[in-house]
Amino acid sequence: MNALFAAFRTNPMLKGAFTGFWTGILILPFAGPRTSFMVFLVVLFCVAVLAVYKKKSFSSSRCSIFSEKYRYLLSIISSDLRIKAFLYIITASAVLFPLMLTSYYLDIFIMAGIYMLLALGLNVIVGLTGQLHLGFAGSYAIGAYTYALLNTYFGLSFWLCLPVSALSASFAGILLSMPAIRLRGDYLAIVTLGFGEITRIVLNNWDSVTRGPNGISGIAAPSVAGISLSGLRRYYYLVMALVVLAVFITKRVEQSRTGRAWMAIREDEIAASSMGINTTKYKIYAFVFGSLWAGVAGQLFAAKMQFVSPESFTFIESVFILCMVILGGLGNTYGVLIGAFIIAILPEALRGIESYRMLIVGLGLVVMMIFRPQGIIGNMKKCRY
Amino acid sequence: MFFQQVINGLTLGCVYAIIALGYTMVYGILGLINFAHGEIYMLGAYLSIIFLGLFTVAGITSYSIVLSIFLSLLLAVIFCSAFGYTMEKTAYKPLRGSSRLSPLISAIGVSIFLQNFVMKTQGATDKVFPYKFHFASIDFLGVSLTSLQMLIICSSFLLMAGLYLFTKFSKTGRAMRATSQDALMASLVGINVDRVISVTFIIGAGLAAVAGMMIASYYGVINYYIGYIAGIKAFTAAVLGGIGSIPGAMIGGLALGLVESLGSAYISAEYKDAYAFGILIIILMIKPSGLLGRSSDQKV
Repeated sequence: MNALFAAFRTNPMLKGAFTGFWTGILILPFAGPRTSFMVFLVVLFCVAVLAVYKKKSFSSSRCSIFSEKYRYLLSIISSDLRIKAFLYIITASAVLFPLMLTSYYLDIFIMAGIYMLLALGLNVIVGLTGQLHLGFAGSYAIGAYTYALLNTYFGLSFWLCLPVSALSASFAGILLSMPAIRLRGDYLAIVTLGFGEITRIVLNNWDSVTRGPNGISGIAAPSVAGISLSGLRRYYYLVMALVVLAVFITKRVEQSRTGRAWMAIREDEIAASSMGINTTKYKIYAFVFGSLWAGVAGQLFAAKMQFVSPESFTFIESVFILCMVILGGLGNTYGVLIGAFIIAILPEALRGIESYRMLIVGLGLVVMMIFRPQGIIGNMKKCRY
Repeated sequence: MFFQQVINGLTLGCVYAIIALGYTMVYGILGLINFAHGEIYMLGAYLSIIFLGLFTVAGITSYSIVLSIFLSLLLAVIFCSAFGYTMEKTAYKPLRGSSRLSPLISAIGVSIFLQNFVMKTQGATDKVFPYKFHFASIDFLGVSLTSLQMLIICSSFLLMAGLYLFTKFSKTGRAMRATSQDALMASLVGINVDRVISVTFIIGAGLAAVAGMMIASYYGVINYYIGYIAGIKAFTAAVLGGIGSIPGAMIGGLALGLVESLGSAYISAEYKDAYAFGILIIILMIKPSGLLGRSSDQKV
């Protein structure tokens, strides 16, 4: 009997067959016999190949050439000096590319820019301070609706509303941080999730002000000195300018006393407080500062779409923003930008298999957590989560 | 009117309580919010409808309705337990011992995966439960208690009592309690902690399957996204009663069901889903350990 179990564990073919059989049986009632059989074959093949590969690499040497190469590539990317060089190249291309892009790509790039702002903001809360926030779409929605309401009801201009949106999102951040400072870990995650959901439910049901599920349309695009920025190319430059500003400011704050306090809280809250850091104060700062960028991003979103509805700010949106931060590596400002870019263009890249997109995202989250919890270019030493 | 709402709330509360048991047991032992637990409940609801459909085709239903319902419930429980077991082994076990953030995110991943898996294979439209359990109802002063409501309330109380006795007196139950108090110590006295965790997930998932069938027969229609909101409410119930405590989950579930049905009757039905979150935030601010929970100081 034990020999049989051992065979199932070590023999790649048997292991694959067993895993495939189990998966096939599990999905049989949902997917029907044909799909189940296909899944059985696919899983058998994948598991068997993986097991063979694992056995081989294990028996030949602990560090295969592949991982050496991979590590070398990583060291190129993650060394600080190279990052700066990369940054200049990327900035230059971000300035030059839109001149030759079609409006389809410009549209995607604008959304990518808005997501970069969101990811930067969430990175402050989750990545730097280590407070899991699952309702960031709530802050995003508050920013978007502040501009939408102020603009359509009172006709206030984009630039006048920008600080108002940012401040109203940060004010929501203060409200949220009140329960948050007393809680940690999972409880905090659930409360922030509740914040996001309550925001959406209120927007959805407060018909007299937000027009409920119909949303608000006819929001004005911004203009500078009488020149409208509603064109995609001009709007793209506006978004990118704000992203650069956000990166500059967050990077500065991150390296300041406040940023160091945030990281201390992330590493060990008790140790931080016993070193004289006022953890309550700095946690509130993190929520306020992070939500601020969500407010800015929300206003940019509203002005781009010229329409907002509660549908755009669901829980799944919060998860996507979190995915960007995790993919880029928690606490890694530049990594988070890359993560945001990847996730933002993902729907377009997966256009052919669009209906499987969410399946891939779900699976990706699990696989990422198991194999690379520090993100694609994350640094293990720097970041404990 | 008031008593009618109380009865409706109790019925709903029983379902929440059963789902909350799964949350509370897993949290008690692993300290993990099993975000995907709501999806297991959704799978249970789907499975019961799928198997009932199969049995109707196979002719068992025309032979005996009770038999086919019982068999489909049994199969749904078995499949959901298998899902729970597999989920634990693939998504949570490799992350044991890492930070608290990773398993939570992994659980969100599982939840998204299962939701979209069901949407992909079963379609995004509503599924209809094929039978109406409406044999009889007791009417008293304008309050009606249908046979289905009675069945849900009675069977959930039986399940809760059974689970309570199981954890109190059986050997596995004692092992579960020991593991939830101190997993390292439990492993030192010879308890197979891995097995205990697996058993916990299997029991929790089985209970969620029962709750899924209850809600499918009570509401009559289900959809692939029912798991998310039900999961959050059940978690609220577990926190309300004191997470980690089994009687707490029952009380929390019933209380939440009552608040929700009375709130939507007397305040506003549109904000039905917001009550759960509101209560959750208030409890966590005032008494994070819940009604029956013990507060534990953090050790350094």
